[in-house]
Amino acid sequence: MNGEILLQTLLSGILIGLVYALVAVGLSVIYGVMEIVNFAHGEFLMLGMYSSFWLFALFALDPLATLPLTLLLLFGLGALVYRFTIKRIVNAPMLSQIFVTFGLMILFRGGAQFFWKPDFRTVENSLVSGNVVINGLYFGIPHIVAALGAVVATGAVWWFINRTRLGAALEATAQDKEAAQLMGIPSHWIFALAWGLGAACAGVAGVLLSTFFPIFPEVGANFCLIAFVVVALGGFGNVTGALWAGIIVGVVEVLGGFWIGPEYKLAIVLTLFLAVILVRPQGLMGRAE
Amino acid sequence: MMCMRKLRSAFAAALLLGPCFFGSAQAQQEIKIGAIYPLTGAAASTGLEMRNALELAADMINNGAKGIDMPLAAGGGLPNLGNAKIRLIFADHQGNPQVGATEAERLIMQEKVVALLGCYFSNVTSTASQMAERYGVPFLNPESSSAKLTQRRFKWFFRTTPHDDLFVHNFYEFLKDIGAKKNLKPKRIALLNENTEWGVETTKIEEKLAGELGYNIVEKIIYPAKSTQLTSEVQRLKASKADLLMQSSYLGDAILSMKTYKEQGFAPSAILANDAGFSDTEFRRTLGKDANYVLSREVWAKDLTTQNPLIKQVNDLYAQKYKTDFNGNSARSFTGLFVLADAINRAGSTAPEAIRKALSETNIPGKHLIMPWEGVKFDATGQNTLGRGIIVQIQNGEFATVWPFDIATKDIIWPMPAWDKR
Repeated sequence: MNGEILLQTLLSGILIGLVYALVAVGLSVIYGVMEIVNFAHGEFLMLGMYSSFWLFALFALDPLATLPLTLLLLFGLGALVYRFTIKRIVNAPMLSQIFVTFGLMILFRGGAQFFWKPDFRTVENSLVSGNVVINGLYFGIPHIVAALGAVVATGAVWWFINRTRLGAALEATAQDKEAAQLMGIPSHWIFALAWGLGAACAGVAGVLLSTFFPIFPEVGANFCLIAFVVVALGGFGNVTGALWAGIIVGVVEVLGGFWIGPEYKLAIVLTLFLAVILVRPQGLMGRAE
Repeated sequence: MMCMRKLRSAFAAALLLGPCFFGSAQAQQEIKIGAIYPLTGAAASTGLEMRNALELAADMINNGAKGIDMPLAAGGGLPNLGNAKIRLIFADHQGNPQVGATEAERLIMQEKVVALLGCYFSNVTSTASQMAERYGVPFLNPESSSAKLTQRRFKWFFRTTPHDDLFVHNFYEFLKDIGAKKNLKPKRIALLNENTEWGVETTKIEEKLAGELGYNIVEKIIYPAKSTQLTSEVQRLKASKADLLMQSSYLGDAILSMKTYKEQGFAPSAILANDAGFSDTEFRRTLGKDANYVLSREVWAKDLTTQNPLIKQVNDLYAQKYKTDFNGNSARSFTGLFVLADAINRAGSTAPEAIRKALSETNIPGKHLIMPWEGVKFDATGQNTLGRGIIVQIQNGEFATVWPFDIATKDIIWPMPAWDKR
């Protein structure tokens, strides 16, 4: 294996890894604030992709142009999902919580199949298409844009949580719900905010992916498993951790797939994940409890 | 009044039962054939196409079709059975093997069909044909491609379509042919197949045949279906310097792989795809001109109508009635009923054993078929040995038949141009 291929696989891995990170950040925010694992997270991503597709197909609007709209739509959807389902099970046993988010996953997937048929769809000839060749290295422009978009979005979430009053309220609720409530922070509003934020992250990732990935009702499953690994690897509820873990997972998947064999690429990622969990159960950047 | 009605129904019953009492030579006998297809559920639209094709075939046999030179297409039913008419009884298996078996049993026991047709899905064909085997009723399968179906060595099972193993054989016959006639000889073959049963089985046969026929496989990748990225796979393909890629993928992966080839600049001399995702209309629509030059195996193509007047005539008839052209599925169903009707006619009887024997003696030449086959002739396992697939190439966004050469409509474009030279 020569240096060129090494560099190519490494950089390709980083590009897709940044998108994994953004999907995982959404999952992480929800878990970090309320300790609920959202199995329907991949479906938020799927809905983001469809939103991008339909705005493109019906109104000929480019995915990049409709990104803010999809972001708002998914934020609203996330908050609504919290208001009408999750709110009722905040204090329920973990098993009920799992069943509810799992049920949501099936509902969204079935709904997409019912309304939009199980066909595969793609956004054709978007503003971002084609590829660039630099010194014999090939990069798809949609991948570069998606990676940049993911970095900006992840950065924005980090800034929001660490540098704003509302973010501080989110963090406070995450640390101690009762204490935060005594300080006058309405926890139900904060939870709704976390769900909105989480869904919006997945939605934005969906829009970025829609420029090069086929869109179909079950597309979320592909990314959801990886997002879980990234979140656990980076440390639950940790945005910076998710970013690094996303990059690691992307690089390990592409590089390992190339070296050891593509049939094992997911197995390699999961092995690494198990190894890290055994040594550092809280994840790479998580706080030890 | 009451009396009259009773009389009338007794009369009707006598009419219906008449043929049974007076033997098979009676005029206007009806031949009941059970057809089990997915008429509801995810494959309902495909099921409807096949049902239409079967109904057209039955109509041609019963009422004739002007100017179509096909045995039994003169109309008036089956001559050797006193011009008995074909009556199709449809059953819906919903894509469920359990339902398929139950429906097969019902058709045999209650409807007293003389033979069964179906079922499109290999797994449903498998269970439904077990019922036919148990009751000793001939089962003709026009469309299922799992090689295992005829490996069961059933006595009552016959299949007209080529199966998956034969399709892979076709790949190598194609390579031999283009080597001999066009001097195109791929030296380094790479395999990229998905990791479900279909892809894994295909890989095994491809490897085995390459070994036997002296082709050099330089890379073998069984990739996880529905991957989020195919970069490592494509990097491996690039590093292998393969000049021919053989690929089996369903639609989503097929689209993603083509996009990744373009992005990473992977352009072998040819991509030889194993139907499925690559034959989907969506594949061409989505990729536009990037889908050009891909070769794929197929069972039927519309441009065959320009090669064989019979195919055009029958396709026109079908298109006129159902506002769409034949495709690989409907053309095979249509052919299935003709093969079955031909056997029943030669049997001259509706006795199961007579039909089975006639089926096993079937010998229909290719010119009487609307398929690109050399004919229909069954071996001891019930498999048609004269069926073959065709190789089509996407040229200017349309499928063109490029092999076998005797029915090709366009010349093959090989090697395909590099991505930046299109």
